[in-house]
Amino acid sequence: MTAVEEVPTELGGVAVMQVTLRIKRMNPEGTGDHAPGEDYWEEFHLEAHATDRVLDALHKIKWEQDGTLAFRRSCAHGVCGSDAMRINARNRLACKTLLKDLNPAKPILVEPIVGLPVEKDLIVDMEPFFASYRKIMPFLMPAGPAPERERLQTPAQRERFDDTTKCILCAACTTACPVFWTDGQYFGPQAIVGAHRFIFDSRDEGQWDRLEILNDTAGVWKCRTAFNCTEACPRGIEVTKAISEIKHALNTGEI
Amino acid sequence: MAAPELSHPLPSTRKRLTPAHRWWWKFQRISGVVLVVLLFAHLFYNLVLGDGVNQIDFAFVAGKWAAPLWKWWAFALLVLAMLHGMNGMSYLVGDYARSQRTRRFLNALLGAATAVIVVLGTLVIFTFDPCPQGADASLLPSFCAEVGK
Repeated sequence: MTAVEEVPTELGGVAVMQVTLRIKRMNPEGTGDHAPGEDYWEEFHLEAHATDRVLDALHKIKWEQDGTLAFRRSCAHGVCGSDAMRINARNRLACKTLLKDLNPAKPILVEPIVGLPVEKDLIVDMEPFFASYRKIMPFLMPAGPAPERERLQTPAQRERFDDTTKCILCAACTTACPVFWTDGQYFGPQAIVGAHRFIFDSRDEGQWDRLEILNDTAGVWKCRTAFNCTEACPRGIEVTKAISEIKHALNTGEI
Repeated sequence: MAAPELSHPLPSTRKRLTPAHRWWWKFQRISGVVLVVLLFAHLFYNLVLGDGVNQIDFAFVAGKWAAPLWKWWAFALLVLAMLHGMNGMSYLVGDYARSQRTRRFLNALLGAATAVIVVLGTLVIFTFDPCPQGADASLLPSFCAEVGK
């Protein structure tokens, strides 16, 4: 609200501000000034409203200044998880980050998320991330024949894994994890969150298969409880807590 | 783009829940707490009680190790600190060594260094002679005279 008050506006109007975006770019085919695959920073100056998000600024750049800027986005409302990027050195969703909350007086740094191969500009190859997710078998594994009606559970049983159902697979947590950056084998926090969602679901019977996978070399024992994942999650999932609950289940044998 | 391949939900060969990683994870935490107690008691006894840092000489160490408690105290410190440090270093190797070969080589080196230091340290602690023959009596602990060497 402070940014709105500082700038004189018409009654009911929205404050206008000048922002600078410094974007880390890479073109695999190279440009006039830059070799193929070379990283470089490029600055864009634009006029933005106090209600604009980083994604709006990126759109404005792409539509009005430089059409070659590449980034992913789909729903633009924090649900699809396509536009996770590193904004001012923190992983966030571009569509959930207001420019006015980022100190627009200084250039706003926008980089691709770290630890996954960059394909172009802000687009990274998500395949290693999804491969880890597939390894923990992210689907319901019920025992016995399919019932004729839905599988019931109590509100308390549903509450047990509610937090981890919020995951949108944006990769903000995994690419904020220092162990994931250096260790190519680690599944990363997201895969563990994905496993947590099924391990603690009363309808699922595959918990020990998943725990077996997470007990292995690439699993939960790699976690150093740095809490970067919990800080990065745009959905507010308590990621480190979920990982610790899985460690606890493995240590005690109780779910 | 082709759809990604999904593996069969249930692995065909069931692995047991191998305890190695879990065991080291637990060891690291428990040994850390134990080391804090061992270390601070050790520092308090050597540096605060008595004459403080000025009292430490051969006679002081020899006198201390005449008691089995302090021998075992030193042994526990040695083993736990070495294993705790080795495991921490091997986490770093796992993080930063890219190839399987480098990782194996560095871990083997680490294991060997740990084994050598633990064995040498254990030998020193348990074969320690507080009253070496022919030494200047003024440098030895007081009980050497009574032993009659």
